[in-house]
Amino acid sequence: MNAPLLKVDDLHITLQGDGATFNAVENVSFEIGRGEAFGLVGESGCGKSITALAVMGLLRRPLGLGKGRIVLDGEEIQAASAARLRELRGSRIGMIFQEPMTALNPLSPVGRQIAEMFVLHQNASWNEAMDRAEDALRQVRVPSPERRIKDFPHQLSGGMRQRVMIAIALACRPDLLIADEPTTALDVTVQAEIIDLMAELCAAKGTAILMISHDLGLVANMCRRVAVMYAGRIVESQGAEAIFATPRHPYTKGLVDSLPRLGERSKRGRQRLREISGVVPSIAAYPSGCRFNPRCSSATDICRSTPPDVTALGNGLVRCHHHE
Amino acid sequence: MSDKLLELDDLAVHFHVGSALRGGVKTLKAVDGVSLDIKPGECLGLVGESGCGKSTLALSIMGLQPPTRGRIRLNGHELAARDRMETARTVQMVFQDPYASLNPRQTVRRTLADPLRLHGITNKTEVEHRVMDMMDKVGLRRDRADRYPHEFSGGQRQRIGIARALILQPKLVICDEPVSALDVSIRAQIINLLLELKDEMGLAYILISHDLGVVEHVSDRVAVMYLGRIVEQGGWQEIFEDPRHPYTRALIAAIPDPFHRADAKVARAKAHGEIASALNPPPGCHFNPRCPMKADRCVNEVPALEAVADGHRAACHFRNSAG
Repeated sequence: MNAPLLKVDDLHITLQGDGATFNAVENVSFEIGRGEAFGLVGESGCGKSITALAVMGLLRRPLGLGKGRIVLDGEEIQAASAARLRELRGSRIGMIFQEPMTALNPLSPVGRQIAEMFVLHQNASWNEAMDRAEDALRQVRVPSPERRIKDFPHQLSGGMRQRVMIAIALACRPDLLIADEPTTALDVTVQAEIIDLMAELCAAKGTAILMISHDLGLVANMCRRVAVMYAGRIVESQGAEAIFATPRHPYTKGLVDSLPRLGERSKRGRQRLREISGVVPSIAAYPSGCRFNPRCSSATDICRSTPPDVTALGNGLVRCHHHE
Repeated sequence: MSDKLLELDDLAVHFHVGSALRGGVKTLKAVDGVSLDIKPGECLGLVGESGCGKSTLALSIMGLQPPTRGRIRLNGHELAARDRMETARTVQMVFQDPYASLNPRQTVRRTLADPLRLHGITNKTEVEHRVMDMMDKVGLRRDRADRYPHEFSGGQRQRIGIARALILQPKLVICDEPVSALDVSIRAQIINLLLELKDEMGLAYILISHDLGVVEHVSDRVAVMYLGRIVEQGGWQEIFEDPRHPYTRALIAAIPDPFHRADAKVARAKAHGEIASALNPPPGCHFNPRCPMKADRCVNEVPALEAVADGHRAACHFRNSAG
């Protein structure tokens, strides 16, 4: 019971290109307990999405799995066969992607796409599966589900499509839901509702969540623990509340300080936002040592020469030579 | 001369969509009776979700989309009567996507010099001087002038976009989601730059954004749009501390809240359901199907934008009752 549901251990993902091999993800390790919501935060290109793809066994060339293990409930995913992975996806791991229009089949009614899950993974008949699809739509609060199951994806709004995605992902009561930027394409008021819905359904079904986003606030709101990735490595991981209150890595600190926060201006007047200088490095030109060093205000010689190791700190970890 | 830089009076932009043969022609009221004004040097935050008409409104002010009804006055002169070139010298725009809004085949120098030449500045030394001066102002290195957009990062491209908007020294700049396409760690740089330039050049901004954190930080006044209408407007402090329209409250409540700033009142303010189609908006108050305070009156009667306090107006029948 104490063994984590998902254990990612020293994961490396390689990227082939321009006649060279790059490490797109390095030394990534984290655990997710049963029913726990875990967030992975980072900017575009930091490797968070391909980490999720690796967990689902969906890495395709030019990406490849390097060193490391991914263990789902005692089963090593990186060693599983393609057929076994197909079984796992959908039944034990559900997925929600950023843009529901490209993730849904445009030529198939949404009811059928949900029903497929029951037919494929639970040997249900199509008739039975269609009834259950209607229930599933009702659970994600799509109005008049009896009519909506016949609709094609293009007939639904963005929020409704994302609800359909949630219905598909959670149809077989998976142990783990991977949500990759599930609300980035949605309007803010709709986003709030979808997030609440996801959290509520996962809590009811005991599904753990791996939530991936660039929005630290959103993730911290939904998840108990958060890991921050930068340039292919996890630089910090902590409890969600602590990451805002006491960020330990200069990058996390920079992020937390750089965003205008609602209510700050009324309290303190308009302060100049603190900037993180420089730009996100490209994968072909990762700096040596700590990858954040060219942008870090407290960088010293050791930061430029030696990559920092992970230091365990209380409930989390930090990868910095100068952590406090 | 009026003391208002820009005045919109009952501005409406309607589109006709569909075909007479299939289901008939419908009218899409993208902007429906918007009145606003902006003083020189002021920043107006324009908030709303996709499809609410904020970008159409921006195009109208730029003179790129003729209004169906209403008037746009720039510096006290009717926009319709103004020459396109003259408008360009007064209003400019910064776009959301710095990857799509720059010509990939033009160097920075040319991107910045072309508007000057078009507007009659032909003296080479002066053009060069102004281009270099502008590059300094937006924080681009002078030796990068002969590079092409693809050689720059997203944040730097947005700096080029800002430089292009400012090279003619406009009075008003419309920033349409200026940071939402940028990496999170770059956004603060651009927001700070916009604020510095505003003070330095005495610019007025219309900041279109759905990110309320940014809007609160930058704006002097805020207008909230929903399905073509302004539902609330006022000073930034009034909008954020004493929002009177349930939609404004829903927007604020929708922001992730890792600090547990919100109390139960805000949690209840969340909107339900989805934004109606602008082709077929609900009768009465457009927000009524999603509103937690809905009453019969909201379906039957369109609420007018009426004053709650000096300079603070809300279009809600219940603007004076607490949420």
